[in-house]
Amino acid sequence: MTGALAALLRRELRLAIRIGGGGTMGLVFFLMLVTVVPFAIGPDLNLLSRIGPAILWIAAALSTLLGLDRLFQADAEDGSLDLLRSGVLPLELVVLVKGLAHWLTTGLPLAIAAPFFGLLLALSPESLGAVSLTLLAGTPALTFIGAIGAALTASLRRGGLVLSILVLPLMVPVLIFGVSAAGAASGGTVPFLTPFLVLVALSLFAIVSGCLGAAAALRSDQG
Amino acid sequence: MRLVVEGLVCERSGRPVFEGLSFAASAGTAIVLLGPNGAGKSSLLAILAGLLEAPAGIMRLEGGDPDASLGEQAHYLGHRDAVKPALSPRETLDIWRALLGAPLAMPAAALDRLGLGHAADLPCAYLSAGQRRRLALARLLVSHRPLWLLDEPTAALDHASQRVFAGLVAEHLAAGGIAVAATHIPLGIDGAVELRLGTPA
Repeated sequence: MTGALAALLRRELRLAIRIGGGGTMGLVFFLMLVTVVPFAIGPDLNLLSRIGPAILWIAAALSTLLGLDRLFQADAEDGSLDLLRSGVLPLELVVLVKGLAHWLTTGLPLAIAAPFFGLLLALSPESLGAVSLTLLAGTPALTFIGAIGAALTASLRRGGLVLSILVLPLMVPVLIFGVSAAGAASGGTVPFLTPFLVLVALSLFAIVSGCLGAAAALRSDQG
Repeated sequence: MRLVVEGLVCERSGRPVFEGLSFAASAGTAIVLLGPNGAGKSSLLAILAGLLEAPAGIMRLEGGDPDASLGEQAHYLGHRDAVKPALSPRETLDIWRALLGAPLAMPAAALDRLGLGHAADLPCAYLSAGQRRRLALARLLVSHRPLWLLDEPTAALDHASQRVFAGLVAEHLAAGGIAVAATHIPLGIDGAVELRLGTPA
């Protein structure tokens, strides 16, 4: 079982690295969003540093969406999914591993890059750390909420748009607590830990419900 | 070991494809599904593999693993080869060997058997349609499953590879396995039982 889990994780990471598209494109997209916003808003450093965490979080949510549509679609198209369904791993664990690989190549690089991109938004040092920490804790929730949508749209040819429409509303709570935790670090009446712990809870809940929900969606697919 | 199917019903989007299908196959038997396009050959294989739900009917593998579903004891070779262009044949087989369980032949040996040894480390993107099909067939060798469900297994294969395929099936049957294959072309399997599915709905 652990051998199968490791083999699947290696496969996913290998595919992500060789095909590209996922991680690096997400990062470039993230950078583009972050640089475009100051142009639109104007060179008001106070305003930028105030809304900076929110910009980084919205950019992270959109970048996560970018690679999600292929999470199961590629395997559904070439028949790999049919084999995974009859393999030694329960589909729930398949979803967990594929989600983990997606997070390792998308969410984790975003969280690591966020402090550097935060400099473009004139964030204070404590805000930089806080945004990075909240992204680290919150992006798994984005990935696994998205996994349910990805599983539901796996057999649709133009599933990417439907996926975004399905999934973005469900990401709102994560966005709210992520931004408020990042904001709380740079001052305010709410202590940092309160929204941060809710964010962690959202991530844990999303991982469990995402695995169960996406597996059920994949099983019900009678394509 | 015995594959038993009783009163199986197949529906696609509410329309009946076939009804009351019953057959049995004991160890060492191959069943060849024949019938016109749309008769339900592929659907029957997908039902047996657990990919499609049948509204009614019983199917079981007597003498198999009681804890595993029929699909988990079967190799399913569908129309699509489940080959990733970015991975090499060796990597592909390594992965399926781990994920399908009950490892049998080593990937290198399976590739040699199918005449793909020279391309073992080439990305699958460079393989031809027939070579991809052979890689899909090599998958049957790296993991042991008593039931083989083959959907037009010789599509895109040249004559030499068709003979190799017939040899693989013969070995599988000799080892007490069961094979169910849908085809329009004679597969060259000795002693195969023909099962004719009806007219298209």
